[in-house]
Amino acid sequence: MFQQFSFNHVLYMLTGLGWTIGLAAIALVGGSIAGSLLTLMRVSSNPVLSRLAQFYIFIVQGTPLLVTLFIAYFGASYLGFAVAPLTAIAVAFSFYAAAFLGDIWRGAIQSVPAGQSEGAHALGLSRAHAMRYIIVPQAIRIATPPTVGFFVQLIKNTSLASVVGIVELTRTSQIVSNATFKPLEVYLTAALFYFLVCFPITLFSRSLERRLSV
Amino acid sequence: MSPLDFSGVLSRSDLLVNGVLLTAQISLAAMAFALIIGVLAAVFTLSGSKLLRWPVLAYVEVIRNTPFIVQVFLIYFGLPALGLRLDPITAAILAMSIYGGAYTSEIIRAGIQSINKGQIEAGRALGMSPLTIFRYVVLKPALSSVFPSLVAQFILLLLSSSVVSAISVPELTGTGNDIQGLTLRNMEIYLVIAVIYVALVAALKGAMTVLERAMFPFKFLRR
Repeated sequence: MFQQFSFNHVLYMLTGLGWTIGLAAIALVGGSIAGSLLTLMRVSSNPVLSRLAQFYIFIVQGTPLLVTLFIAYFGASYLGFAVAPLTAIAVAFSFYAAAFLGDIWRGAIQSVPAGQSEGAHALGLSRAHAMRYIIVPQAIRIATPPTVGFFVQLIKNTSLASVVGIVELTRTSQIVSNATFKPLEVYLTAALFYFLVCFPITLFSRSLERRLSV
Repeated sequence: MSPLDFSGVLSRSDLLVNGVLLTAQISLAAMAFALIIGVLAAVFTLSGSKLLRWPVLAYVEVIRNTPFIVQVFLIYFGLPALGLRLDPITAAILAMSIYGGAYTSEIIRAGIQSINKGQIEAGRALGMSPLTIFRYVVLKPALSSVFPSLVAQFILLLLSSSVVSAISVPELTGTGNDIQGLTLRNMEIYLVIAVIYVALVAALKGAMTVLERAMFPFKFLRR
């Protein structure tokens, strides 16, 4: 009746892992672009832009990712975009990542000592030049470890895309679990795959933190 | 694009209220258990005993580097294979507590490590018992100094409760899925749900600010 949990199933789950990493990578790139814009808005001297970015971050961080995914999934067709669910979900993950990256990067920019921008000002640099040549290079140093750490969160959170039917690692595991009726073995295998991807990145983030803080 | 029509959703607000109550209950229960697990795990890692330290470190790393939904599936679908069958709500609270405990322990460990050794020596010199020292000289100041991080973690825990809708717990998101099935108003229901979650997060933040003032009045003294 049920299939044996076999190596072929594990291979099938590995293709799901490919989609998991792909989705997380798209979200990181998309989120970085939108996140930089959000960061600039957040640190700008224009109170309207800054408030707007703050509001966006508050809303996205206050909504469960699963609900955000549902809204994107149904919202794309509601607004009349004829896109594949995968596209809608990738865009949703990018918007989600942007809110967190925007917050992390704002913190990094604001933690660059005020003396740096004062010094740049004293040297006659414009605000934009001071940002580009003085503040941002130092902020990137501070922001790198938490950004790498957030990538781990992103990889783990792509598992929620399984609920709206994206065939990534968690969805392939559900399919295999239903076919073999070996949920314990199958989900342990999935957990192991996630761990093998996430743990090295976590360690890398920590070693960056140690190296960059000295 | 048809105009949004919230009437079908709002006429089922009694269901939504039940969903909110269940979300609040499982989240508060999980926060309490996560705090207990977090304190114990932090004490174990700092105890200096390798026998206590390594299992706890393994627990923290495994939980922090695997997705919450897989942990939920392992507990709800996997444990029956080992003879432990849980109802969805118990499984949800257990999964959320284990998940939250791993993150909470890291926060509390950082808090305990920030306590000056001289404080503990002073407590000893005053003749306090080890338990009294731990409670009033170590734990309370530690919790007070990491309170903002704990609140942020509890907010994430509240939001993660939406995931347990995947094992048919009728909390807020699960209720939303049901109403979506009844009304087919998918945009309307999930927008309403999103607004309710944002309000819940704001309420939790507000409650935690009040709690902080009540528990750690010394943080707000004028100097």
